[in-house]
Amino acid sequence: MELSPDSIIYWKYGLFKINATIAMTWGLMFVLTTGSKLIVRNLSMEINRSRLLNLLEIIVTKIEKQIEEVGLSRPKKYIGFLGTLFLFIALSSICIIIPGFEPPTGSLSTTMALALCVFVAVPLFGIEEQGIRIYLNSYMQPTVIMLPFNIISEISRTLALAVRLFGNMMSGTMIVGILLSIAPLFFPILMTLLGLLTGMVQAYIFSILAGVYIAAATRTRKLEPITKSNVKGAIS
Amino acid sequence: MDNLTIIAATSIFTAGICTSLGAIGPAFAEGKAVAVALSSLAQQPDASATITRTLFVGLAMIESTAIYCLVISMILIFANPFWNHFISQAAGS
Repeated sequence: MELSPDSIIYWKYGLFKINATIAMTWGLMFVLTTGSKLIVRNLSMEINRSRLLNLLEIIVTKIEKQIEEVGLSRPKKYIGFLGTLFLFIALSSICIIIPGFEPPTGSLSTTMALALCVFVAVPLFGIEEQGIRIYLNSYMQPTVIMLPFNIISEISRTLALAVRLFGNMMSGTMIVGILLSIAPLFFPILMTLLGLLTGMVQAYIFSILAGVYIAAATRTRKLEPITKSNVKGAIS
Repeated sequence: MDNLTIIAATSIFTAGICTSLGAIGPAFAEGKAVAVALSSLAQQPDASATITRTLFVGLAMIESTAIYCLVISMILIFANPFWNHFISQAAGS
């Protein structure tokens, strides 16, 4: 019973090693990409189409609606990033019921990598939307004194994203491992159920928080001063 | 007492205290959050999607502080760097 799947090593050659984290991550990526490729071979708009195609459409439209509700006006631009985050973490949580599977998000390396992706993506989307001067100006709102605090808050919320996901997944697998040695047969199954629920909630939370951070960075602040003509126009 | 004993005793004690104290605050805060969310759901059932989503996001943020304490406790019990250092020293000598 290890703290993270980094210590389960399948193959080692000098400096390179394949541990359970890398193997499971690539397995998940393979399942996601080839599964979707196989399912969307026959895209059709009829009523009678394959059930898996329907499932994929439901997932994509729901994610798009959630992104729109978070405050991003053009969800198609962000659905690649946010949807992939959600699908990867959700699939990694669901596959816990497969025996022998170690969720790669139970390793701090994976969650830190995902959080760093968000950390890089937020300024990228912000600069793309607003231009570099307005975006860098937003760090100095409301006063210039807030500049170090804004930077620190960016770094700390990245760290919080990583540790939150890592803590939830690691504690889920750890408690099942501990219970297997204390009270086997019934309670580990209950805790695995709880782990499934928290895993899905954490996948949702991770992607929604990433969406909220991106929305905060791309929100254009066009505050017009209230003049007589503006007020007249508003009243009439 | 030698180093190994001190480290073991302190780590065990701290791990227990860390999680128990760290779970008190989030429990109170989450209870309050859910109570307010339920009353606002009762007042405005139309906005239930927004309220539910915001509730879950808020609960996850509150829960993270408890998770931080849990991670520290787990590290102290299972991946204690001080213990590992002194064990490797004791095994080497």
